Amino acid sequence: MKEKILEILDTNCDYTLEEIALMVDATCDEVAKAIDEMKNSKIILRNKSIINWDKTEKEFVSALIEVKVSPQRGEGFDKIAERIYKFPEVKSLYLIAGAFDLTLIIEGKTMHEVASFVASRLAPLEFVISTSTHFVLKKYKYEGIIFDDDEKDTREVISL
Amino acid sequence: MTFNPESFICSKVKSMKPSGIRKFFDIVNTMEDAISLGVGEPDFVTPWHIRDAGIYSLEKGHTYYTSNAGLKELREEICNYYKKFDINCTSDEVLVTVGGSEAIDLAIRTVIEPGDEVIIHEPSFVCYKPCISLAGGVPVVIETKKEDAFRVTAKDIEKNITPKTKMLILSFPNNPTGAIMRKEDLEPIADLAIKHNLIVLSDEIYAELTYDAKHFSIASLDGMKERTIVVNGFSKAFAMTGWRLGFAMANKEILKAMTKIHQYAIMSSPTTSQYSAIEALRNGADSIRMMVSEYNKRRKIITNGFNEMGLTCFDPKGAFYIFPSIKSTNMTSTEFCENLLRDQKVALVPGNAFGDSGEGFVRVSYAYSLEQINEAMRRIKLFMDKI
Repeated sequence: MKEKILEILDTNCDYTLEEIALMVDATCDEVAKAIDEMKNSKIILRNKSIINWDKTEKEFVSALIEVKVSPQRGEGFDKIAERIYKFPEVKSLYLIAGAFDLTLIIEGKTMHEVASFVASRLAPLEFVISTSTHFVLKKYKYEGIIFDDDEKDTREVISL
Repeated sequence: MTFNPESFICSKVKSMKPSGIRKFFDIVNTMEDAISLGVGEPDFVTPWHIRDAGIYSLEKGHTYYTSNAGLKELREEICNYYKKFDINCTSDEVLVTVGGSEAIDLAIRTVIEPGDEVIIHEPSFVCYKPCISLAGGVPVVIETKKEDAFRVTAKDIEKNITPKTKMLILSFPNNPTGAIMRKEDLEPIADLAIKHNLIVLSDEIYAELTYDAKHFSIASLDGMKERTIVVNGFSKAFAMTGWRLGFAMANKEILKAMTKIHQYAIMSSPTTSQYSAIEALRNGADSIRMMVSEYNKRRKIITNGFNEMGLTCFDPKGAFYIFPSIKSTNMTSTEFCENLLRDQKVALVPGNAFGDSGEGFVRVSYAYSLEQINEAMRRIKLFMDKI
């Protein structure tokens, strides 16, 4: 049941307890208990809206930064990652396989702010060997959601 | 001489009854802001990989006719696909048609002589009766009942078999009721078909859309494959209604005869659609799973919602419709739908659109987002509270 609930919440966290209960053939109490347990065990971390900021007045830039680091003896990548993800500017951080070790998504009010973060905060860290910054020009799709989805329901109102 | 167009229309077409709910449809079409739960097609757009295959086929210049029966590659994929329903066939037992509707028309025209009786069950999809009448046949209607979970019973069929009976049409999972037929329901019907030498037309267009049990085809029962014309298509399973692609699977001799009509009336089914259908069958299983899972969530919520409003409906096991009873309102199906539309701007389909036995019911489609379904149910509840 927990996996079913997670799949439902992963697509839309606006469903009511009653709706989820119907969908998974359980009672509201059972669903509420399962959700609580998953929150306590940090399987469910937070419910968050997906916002197309381009449609608002808010001005900000984001960048994808590839970082090459030298792992520390006895600490591996996790300690390094922690040093980096604690900066509030870092919105996402992934350890990856390939030419780079870490990929970060950074957000700032201006390109200058992002550049300044990379130059003054990220690059000087003793374990950072190199960084490569790519500014995001436009976000098309995020978390499975297409931002400018123009596919409309053009079905006839009634059909048999 | 004055031209009188009506005098040119043949008597068979003249005698075809226009839908009794045409007036209702006309009202719906004038209300732009109505919320409709009246559509008989998926709300999903065709999965992208299938659309992409169609685009690629155009880029490759596949813009010619295919063979009359359809691309061999596609017919082979259809044979592979139908193994999941325990039917083994070869590509020369498959005809690719313009939607399942063409396959139904071809099957009836190929088999039925004037005066032959065809047993159909209602409520059901609306095309069987007119197709039978156009072929000169006589439709014999069996009413399915809510207390039987809208299944057709062998007993009811047997009561209606006469020496003139030639064909039995089964349409499950059913539009509009959402009923399905289980193996144990079909076995005695298969025995009847063999005993009385009937041919069965099994319309399985909603075969992929079942919720608690896998679809069971009568053609998979012993002795039934040779006397069953299976009709299916891509519209419902793969959300490909506009691509107009279906198929018939039948005994080679019958299929050859059906292909003769198809070759003169249609030539070949749309080529782009056929290439897309190959992709759908090869790689579309995940898309089907996703859509069925989504329909199933809505099914549970909408069934519960209507039952709570006092518009009771049996638990539908297939397709994407519920068929609640509105008898408690003392309105006819048409009155209920017209009043609901005028009062709350919600469009449902009166049950009598699917045959006289649909009176007292309405068809509600859940091929809509849950947001739309919830808003429609909120309005229907307001309507119910008033009456």
